[in-house]
Amino acid sequence: MSLSPDDVKRIARLARIEIDDVQAQATQGQLNTIFDLIATMQAVDTSGIAPMAHAQEVTQRLRADIVTETDRHAAFQAVAPAVENDLYLVPKVIE
Amino acid sequence: MKWETVIGLEVHTQLATKSKIFSGSSTAFGAAPNTQASAVDIALPGVLPVLNKGAVECAIKFGLAIGATLNRINIFDRKNYFYPDLPKGYQISQLARPIVEGGALRIQVGDSERTINLTRAHMEEDAGKSLHEDFHGMTGIDLNRAGTPLLEIVSEPEMRSSAEAVAYARALHTLVTWIGICDGNMQEGSFRVDANVSVRPVGQAEFGTRREIKNLNSFRFLQQAIDYEVRWQIETLEDGGRIEQATVLFDPDTGETRMMRSKEDAHDYRYFPDPDLLPVKLDEDWIEAVRAALPELPAAMQARFQADYSVSAYDAGVLTGSRALADYFEAAAKACGQGKLAANWVMGELSATLNKAELDITQSPVSAVQLGALVARIHDGTLSGKLAKQVFEGLWEGAGEVDAIIEARGLRQMSDAGELEKIIDDVLAANPKSVEEFRAGKEKAFNALIGQVMRASKGTANPAQVNDLLKARLQ
Amino acid sequence: MSDASLSALAAQLAAKQVSSRELAQQYLDRIATLNPSINAFITLDADKTLAEAAVADALIAAGKAGPLTGVPIAHKDIFCTDGWLTTCGSKMLHNFVAPYDAHVIQRFKAAGMPSLGKTNMDEFAMGSSNETSYFGAVKNPWNTTYVPGGSSGGAAACVAARMAPAATGTDTGGSIRQPAALCGITGLKPTYGLVSRFGMIAFASSLDQAGPMAPSAKDCALLLNVMTGFDPNDSTSLEREKEDYTRDLDQPLTGLRVGLPREFFAEGLNNEVATAVEAAIAELKKLGATTVEISLANSKLAIPVYYVLAPAEASSNLSRFDGVRYGYRAPEYTNLDDMYCKTRAQGFGAEVKRRIMIGAYVLSHGYYDAYYLQAQKIRRLIADDFSAAFKTCDVILGPTAPGTAFKLGEKSDDPVEMYLNDLYTIPANLAGLPGMSLPCGFDAKGLPIGLQLVGNYFSEAKMLNVAHQFQRATDWHKRLPPQGEASGARSEG
Repeated sequence: MSLSPDDVKRIARLARIEIDDVQAQATQGQLNTIFDLIATMQAVDTSGIAPMAHAQEVTQRLRADIVTETDRHAAFQAVAPAVENDLYLVPKVIE
Repeated sequence: MKWETVIGLEVHTQLATKSKIFSGSSTAFGAAPNTQASAVDIALPGVLPVLNKGAVECAIKFGLAIGATLNRINIFDRKNYFYPDLPKGYQISQLARPIVEGGALRIQVGDSERTINLTRAHMEEDAGKSLHEDFHGMTGIDLNRAGTPLLEIVSEPEMRSSAEAVAYARALHTLVTWIGICDGNMQEGSFRVDANVSVRPVGQAEFGTRREIKNLNSFRFLQQAIDYEVRWQIETLEDGGRIEQATVLFDPDTGETRMMRSKEDAHDYRYFPDPDLLPVKLDEDWIEAVRAALPELPAAMQARFQADYSVSAYDAGVLTGSRALADYFEAAAKACGQGKLAANWVMGELSATLNKAELDITQSPVSAVQLGALVARIHDGTLSGKLAKQVFEGLWEGAGEVDAIIEARGLRQMSDAGELEKIIDDVLAANPKSVEEFRAGKEKAFNALIGQVMRASKGTANPAQVNDLLKARLQ
Repeated sequence: MSDASLSALAAQLAAKQVSSRELAQQYLDRIATLNPSINAFITLDADKTLAEAAVADALIAAGKAGPLTGVPIAHKDIFCTDGWLTTCGSKMLHNFVAPYDAHVIQRFKAAGMPSLGKTNMDEFAMGSSNETSYFGAVKNPWNTTYVPGGSSGGAAACVAARMAPAATGTDTGGSIRQPAALCGITGLKPTYGLVSRFGMIAFASSLDQAGPMAPSAKDCALLLNVMTGFDPNDSTSLEREKEDYTRDLDQPLTGLRVGLPREFFAEGLNNEVATAVEAAIAELKKLGATTVEISLANSKLAIPVYYVLAPAEASSNLSRFDGVRYGYRAPEYTNLDDMYCKTRAQGFGAEVKRRIMIGAYVLSHGYYDAYYLQAQKIRRLIADDFSAAFKTCDVILGPTAPGTAFKLGEKSDDPVEMYLNDLYTIPANLAGLPGMSLPCGFDAKGLPIGLQLVGNYFSEAKMLNVAHQFQRATDWHKRLPPQGEASGARSEG
């Protein structure tokens, strides 16, 4: 299988990465060589094999329902690109 | 053509935990912006989620309450999309293996009862809030709400009218507040409803194309939005148009629904199991402990009220509209031993007065025991209905206990035959004209005489007794 | 000083022959001299380093010193460090001063080990040459026209050049072991879950693991004692009793069964590397070990599996870099969406964008089963191969990388060629097993060769024992880069 320029644009769009036609073309070539490499795993018969999502067979530890955090918004917002009235500012959100 | 409406609801309930689902931040409503947004909530680089046991316990309670399957192993997935109120660029949710699957809820519409099946309920995190007031053309983001635990409860598309949808939403609201997993505050967004609405010609098996109305935060808006949407879809189809699958918003000012502009992208959420969170295991011991601690549920209590207190199915349904109301009723009924009469008073005078004062049952100035005492005095004949209302007013004003108010205000019903006959004699003597008219066949004159007797007794005469005595005297 | 082991430095500190401040200053001086030609550090802050050293001196004076108190260490710039610039090698975080400490940083602080600075790395740990860093490539101290490996290239280079006695690294597909091999030092990736990932900027969450990088196995054992331990803030952190990883260092290797996976000695392996590894095997046999041939048949699929799973996780992990709450935001944009797209197009480098796009693709509608799920299933087959192998051997041995360091720019235009460098290291990450690399020779160009050990889960003490015994019998790990020595000599002269 190989990716088309439209595929490249679609995934760049999903990932919110601006890409122009020239870049899309270059990227297409690189991604296709990578997907050729990836394709080698597709011939493997994996029927009946349980997918492995985690390195260890353990289950989730649960945290007691208690409030442990304090207000640190001043420190957190000191590194923010745009803040006003303690709110993070972004270009207007349209619903 | 005749059309049938098909509705399924997705309800987001904020779980009543102290801290967030994946961090130790407070979930309290109304804090100053971003003061309850921790490093995890604002998704600083490197931070990791740790699951709140309280949130899982809420989900277990819900699953048990609706008779659902609890998945002993359930899994958190990432739902990937970009939005400024979603700090990680993904929402932690449950897709393939939610904690709760199946279950059902009984609803009542008018006199008929139906069972609505649930598809699933899964845990997820809430997003922050976008504040659209103008910051020089920018939007402000408050992440206090980000990470608040939600249980998203999804019904099967089994409702066939807005009335059924509202009844289901109300029943669900009752249940989640009843079992204490949600405060139910719709103004604050604790219980938010999305309605999937479609129409199809009656008799057609397949569903029509649905549109999803997002974020309805009152039962009235739910009803209005569905009614508008159904009309709009039918008109569109009858005009030869097609329904496109879409997400819409309801505008309470215009009463109309409109397409959301921001969601024009074809969604591809790229769900996959969250590698930062391990499978969640529900131990049998834990489930049984939660089951043992569950309160009696509304449906069971409704059946018991019918059996124990001889109230109708409808009344029992109303009385179990909230746990506070049900508890109030039961305490009042126990205090007087007169369930049916207590039910009438709770649903009648008490509810009306509370409504007028814009109070809920937990704020009632008249306690259940006081109301029970009042009902007892009606039952033993001390009070007529009319006198009882005066005593109720006294209770409401805080004038003391029932018997004290009766004494202080002289409201004891006069049931002594001798005393009553004396008053009747006086009234007959003073109103010869009415007596004459009655004898000439005017029924109205009898009522006038009764009115005179009641007036002369300052309202304390037992009306039934007066009726009997007067009839006897005039024959 | 420059070739002293951690325990020797600790002994000097304990004996008050040198203060932590003096020691830190010596390393800072050496960094000032050597770093301009190596570029191993992204951030240096002498004042902070010396202030932390002063704290260590106070601990020593108060008799509250631990085994490594006062010994300085360099931290990979992937660990959030309170008050320090923490860039992850990316323009996206070029201005990000972390407001909190990673768990690993907290542990080193608690151990009284001052930070010498933040080391250079491939952007978001994506790379095998350290050439993807926004802050420029790191040069291999053995020959500055060669790469140091990656992604912990700065860490490996600074230890190799003895600009730091030790460094932290992280390893998702070989990012500790491969640069350790290419720079001639020792590095260990622990069992997944032993070291907390909290505060370590995520690349691929189910594979990432932090570990120590230092000249010797003994140093690594001491550092591992500091780094490991349960952390309630990381759901994948394992609740285990604390171990002393130095406990078995001096055990003899008599009876040790060394597994040799035939797939790791097959086509693609450089001859000089093969020869050095064979010599190391002979050395271990002299020390009492026996060898057994094993098969890791599915390990040939490790690279395709890795390049599905790691980008998938990364594409999601890196979504938080959106220009809203911290880091880079594009200077010009027309609306919210444009702000996202430009910020991410400008803030991420080419390799990171490539992997984000691969990840978005393999998770997208219609492709999930064929790519992501298939890769997860083969991941299990790979892990199962190891379980079977450990029934017949105690430790698995092979080359760390198929070759020695390559020239700067040599593979940077060919992603697939670059990816093949991690052929032997990726399987341990997929299985969650501990792996380490230690020096075992040099090629004709004088570039170091690395020997890899892969152990069963939680067998770090055994691996360190094997490595330490090997290092008692050999001196590869004691060799110093000629250029580093030369530059050092010049600066002293």
